[in-house]
Amino acid sequence: MIRTIFYALTAAATAGLVASAASAGTLDDVKKKGFIQCGVSEGLPGFSAPDTAGNWTGLDVDFCKALAAAVLGDASKVKYSPLSAKVRFTALQSGEIDLLSRNTTWTLVRDTSLGLNFAGVMFYDGQGFMVPKKLGVKSAKELKGASVCVQIGTTTELNMADFFRANKLDYKPVVFEKADETLAAYDTGRCDAFTTDASGLAAYRIKLKDPQGHLILPELISKEPLGPVVRHGDDQWLDVNRWLIYALLEAEELGVDSKNVDEQKKSANPNTKRLLGVEGDMGKNLGLDNDWAVRPIKQVGNYAEIFDRNVGPKTTLGLERGTNALWNKGGLMYSMPIR
Amino acid sequence: MAVERVAERAPARPPVWNDPRFRAIFFQALVLALVIGVGAYLVNNTLTNMEKRGIASGFGFLGTTAGFSISTTLVPYTEESTYGRAFLVGLANTLLVSVIGVFFATILGFIVGIARLSRNWLVAKLAAVYIETLRNIPLLLQIFFWYFAVLRNLPSPRQSFILFDIFYLNIRGLNTPAPVFEEGFGWVLLSAVVAVAAAVSIVRWARRRREETGRPFHTVYTSLAILFGLPTLATLLAGSPLHWEYAVLEGFNFQGGMVMSPELVALVFSLSTYTASFIGEIVRAGIMAVNRGQTEAAYAVGLSPGLTLRLVVIPQALRVIIPPLTSQYLNLTKNSSLASAIAYPDLVLVFAGTVLNQTGQAVEIIAITMAVYLTISLLISMFMNWYNRKMALVER
Ligand SMILES: N[C@@H](CCC(=O)N[C@@H](CS)C(=O)NCC(=O)O)C(=O)O
Repeated sequence: MIRTIFYALTAAATAGLVASAASAGTLDDVKKKGFIQCGVSEGLPGFSAPDTAGNWTGLDVDFCKALAAAVLGDASKVKYSPLSAKVRFTALQSGEIDLLSRNTTWTLVRDTSLGLNFAGVMFYDGQGFMVPKKLGVKSAKELKGASVCVQIGTTTELNMADFFRANKLDYKPVVFEKADETLAAYDTGRCDAFTTDASGLAAYRIKLKDPQGHLILPELISKEPLGPVVRHGDDQWLDVNRWLIYALLEAEELGVDSKNVDEQKKSANPNTKRLLGVEGDMGKNLGLDNDWAVRPIKQVGNYAEIFDRNVGPKTTLGLERGTNALWNKGGLMYSMPIR
Repeated sequence: MAVERVAERAPARPPVWNDPRFRAIFFQALVLALVIGVGAYLVNNTLTNMEKRGIASGFGFLGTTAGFSISTTLVPYTEESTYGRAFLVGLANTLLVSVIGVFFATILGFIVGIARLSRNWLVAKLAAVYIETLRNIPLLLQIFFWYFAVLRNLPSPRQSFILFDIFYLNIRGLNTPAPVFEEGFGWVLLSAVVAVAAAVSIVRWARRRREETGRPFHTVYTSLAILFGLPTLATLLAGSPLHWEYAVLEGFNFQGGMVMSPELVALVFSLSTYTASFIGEIVRAGIMAVNRGQTEAAYAVGLSPGLTLRLVVIPQALRVIIPPLTSQYLNLTKNSSLASAIAYPDLVLVFAGTVLNQTGQAVEIIAITMAVYLTISLLISMFMNWYNRKMALVER
């Protein structure tokens, strides 16, 4: 069954490659159809997961919403495609989705030979390991001979290989297609460790039978810059996505948020004026209107609001800003000048 | 004159566009040209689009270092091996589950099929329930069920079930001693080959003698003696060139020895029990297709029910059974690709999964994968067709 679906998907992907010769302008397509088809995960709390009412929420989901607000004027004009790690790029290449916003790591191969483009970074992450406390392991370097549960189609799979190889430790990868089975197998004790992005560990730990019985090891073994991805060769759409990330960051830097955005339009700060379209033609340059940044900030929030709502200290994930703080507050988040 | 001309023209030749032979060839050529044309257009267009988007293509990646580990490998493989080697590992693993699966499915299927025809009410009903249940639950669900059922009931490595002090069963799998071959093992292999050849010729000779003289010969005991005796003798003579490496608990896991993973067990188990339910019905149909008169005649000449089944019914039933059995074998092989759902590193998981993820060359990799399944299926079909012809009614 899965195989049939899988081949159908690939066939569809190939057909997509065959068919979508002419349509380069995703921005125009999106405006014409009136919604954004956004590829998200199949359920990673904090990033993209349906809440109890069945509405998609999370940091990655909020980016889709912000984009819909910027391009279509309404943050609710998004349709979601839940994708496993394995099929996500095919879905994007084939034109099935307009945008992939699914905790996806920016790597050279993905950027080049997969024919994709990364719009920027929404979350700086790193890969970690989780082990049952009763194993008595305190460091990833003690995982010699361990069986490790991991999901296929991820950078996680590859970093893990590098890590064990570099540290001359042997290991047994137990590779699953879906996140749910990966976690379930770890929970029954099939593996000594579970590995994914540190944010994912925090998110998945909540789903375990006994979250307190598991420990996230201190090492981060890789860099995992996660961000939205679009198809290669559609510069205009890439620009819109990239500058939307910057707009959300810039808003935080300038102190513009969902509550004060209307007042801030009267601000004397020229940067704020340009961001909010009071001065200059920033939106027009992007193929949008001059309220392009006002709407996402108002309907979804600036970067800090998005972070705090979904993954921040007050959420179940409870993550600190850390590397995701603004550049002038000790982090890596840096908006290019909007001018 | 006019009459003559008519006679000359007879039989009337239709104009060329009305000639059925010409028309047949013309339309076949047209369809062929269309198919080739559309195919070429699709390929060309795909390549152009891939190039435009900068998507890599070609088969050069097969020689690049893979860099990832695989938990079950029948072919020598390390992280330094190439993607091509990873492909072979996946292929071997696919063949492994398929072969073991086909083996058990056949045995179980025959048992269930015959049981369903049993005159014992309980046995027949049990077989019917087995068939109706397993046949009607989606295979993927059964795989998940058995996998997690297996996992939930196995202890951690430190609390392994120990059998005979050398087998350790735990949630990481069944650890068994691994054979280590030393110099001189070639002789043992050679003796095994000789033993098989000897056994086969004895069986043939015995059959010929029975047909000619009617005197029976105990082929079973003789061949068993040869099959076991000769290699044992060779082993002793060559100075025991084989010893066993035992698994030892080290860190969290057993090191050394061989492991049969719970994934492999769950997959083989669910594939063979599922396929056996279909084979059971095929066997039942095959047996029922044999005329009752055959059984009655066999009883009349004094054959026991067991011998009747073995010598009269099954050989005839096989003719009905083999063709649909072939398609069950094909199904099992193709269904083995569900392996990736429970982390068994088959071709789909390793090659169409991890390798595809690393290289991103979807079109090539999927094409290779499909070609592999097609080839396996064709080979099975060819073998079964050959066997079918061998079993077909020989007119004497
Ligand atoms: N950042 C990683 C992705 C990490 C990833 O996909 N992690 C899994 C963790 S098991 C996940 O989030 N899966 C969610 C899903 O498949 O729905 C990458 O880009 O390769």
